[in-house]
Amino acid sequence: MVRYILKRLITLAASLALASVVIFALIEVTPGDPASFMLGLNAAPETVAALRDQLGLNEALPLRYLQWVGGMLQGDFGLSYTYKVPVADLVADRLEISAPLALIALALSTALALPAGLWAASRRGRAGDALVMGATQLGIAVPNFWFAMLLVLVFAIKWQLFPAGGFPGWSDPLAALRALTLPALALALPQAAILARVLRSALIETLGQDYIRTARAKGLSRGAALTRHALRNALIPVLTILGMQFSFLLAGAIIIENVFYIPGLGRLIFQAITQRDLIVVESVVMILVFAVIAVTFLTDLAYALVDPRLRRPA
Amino acid sequence: MKPALALGAVLSGAALAAAVLSLVWTPYDITQLAIAQKLQPPSLAHWAGTDHFGRDIASMLMAGARTSLAVALVAVGIGMGVGVPLGLSAAALRGSWVDEAIMRGNDLIFAFPSLVIAILITAVFGPSATNAIIAIGIFNIPVFARVSRAGALSLWTLDYIRAARVAGKGRARISAEHILPNIANLLIVQGTIQFSLGILAEAGLSYVGLGAQPPTASWGRMLAEAQTMVTLAPHVALAPGLAIVATVLGLNLLGDGLRDALDPRLRGRMA
Repeated sequence: MVRYILKRLITLAASLALASVVIFALIEVTPGDPASFMLGLNAAPETVAALRDQLGLNEALPLRYLQWVGGMLQGDFGLSYTYKVPVADLVADRLEISAPLALIALALSTALALPAGLWAASRRGRAGDALVMGATQLGIAVPNFWFAMLLVLVFAIKWQLFPAGGFPGWSDPLAALRALTLPALALALPQAAILARVLRSALIETLGQDYIRTARAKGLSRGAALTRHALRNALIPVLTILGMQFSFLLAGAIIIENVFYIPGLGRLIFQAITQRDLIVVESVVMILVFAVIAVTFLTDLAYALVDPRLRRPA
Repeated sequence: MKPALALGAVLSGAALAAAVLSLVWTPYDITQLAIAQKLQPPSLAHWAGTDHFGRDIASMLMAGARTSLAVALVAVGIGMGVGVPLGLSAAALRGSWVDEAIMRGNDLIFAFPSLVIAILITAVFGPSATNAIIAIGIFNIPVFARVSRAGALSLWTLDYIRAARVAGKGRARISAEHILPNIANLLIVQGTIQFSLGILAEAGLSYVGLGAQPPTASWGRMLAEAQTMVTLAPHVALAPGLAIVATVLGLNLLGDGLRDALDPRLRGRMA
């Protein structure tokens, strides 16, 4: 197990190192000089040069890369070009909205998918199964930002149950939660559809195993065998999918935050892109990649803990 | 043919037909603005209504189908064109450093949140349909590499491949002549799935303004433009969304149906 963790940690570090090089290189080739962008069209060349110097843009590339990575390792992400505040503070502010949004979406998707998958598996081949499977096919095909627009149309404009967009801040937790409900629902639906399908096929696979037959032969009802024995074993692939979905939730949140004008990480990236605030773009993308790689690592680890067969090399 | 497969074929066929037809004919010219006709509900003359510039939405949907399908198709082409040779080489040289390097490279691309990187690429190189294709295509490469490697590995152990080896054929030639035709089914099924994911990705990128640019019609951009008018004229937001759902659903059903039809072991089972 220790060897497995060590091996995975080395892969994790290598992934992060490579990701940082790719992101840094991409940002470097971006046309447009941040200094002249910040100062506007009429800035004197000397002023631009002085600002470039101040921002450290005149240093050699490898040195700037090392400074960037070194800073991040110490929690210093540099100063935003446009807001003139530490990027770490900007990100922390936005995370207060984006992280709860992703978590609520994850919880919603699980809450929708678990009963749907269980129900479909218990009714395999019958009308209820076909109904759930049809609904999940539809759920996978619906773009989440369009679903978000439909939710706004019905729940915000027609029935006025939830706000159509914006975020009031956490000082009023109830209002904040109401503002996040529709975005979380829009994010959760496609993920719930995928999750329900995975759970159903995992359950059906498990239900065919000998130990389930034994449990049934001992007199356990179908439902009891399903929830007491099959569900536990079927949860292993489901957990892996949940870990993978985290990355989709993060990426999806970028678009959904723009639909609802929610000032989270996604809006921050877009604003930074249009304002050529490259240091913010660079850092936020790196943080997102780190989050995804770290979650994948933890999922793999949890998986290996549950299933000893995975610790051996393939 | 099973009903789901038939429905999938009809829906994907309709999108394809609309895209091809739009090359030579659309009911109205979508470059012509007719402000007097703006935001009309569906009628006989405009059966999907008109948008805020008075353009015929049905015509724009047809032209948008062309953009969506073209972007997704080329992205699948990139994924297959690069990924399949990589996967075949990895399988042919199983256990060597080449195999290791290809598979670890794959894992790395998989580790990236694809949409975030697509956004980064289009942000850096400028928003355009071409950059959207590249961004989506890159993430198709590891998918096809993995599928073709897995498919090829099981074939390499079979007797007829060994016979070909004994007959003196090289690994590259065996891969091209014997392995590739036998994993074609797998690739077709995976291609259909990636195609539908590509359409969703293109719509998402265009929606946030990083995909196809005006005057190119695109379903994602139509939705972005519709967003501010959704209260005035809900039909403007409904039509492009339904077009995306129908096409993606059609391709997914087609992919599932083809998988069952092409794999005799699954025949008669409900997958």
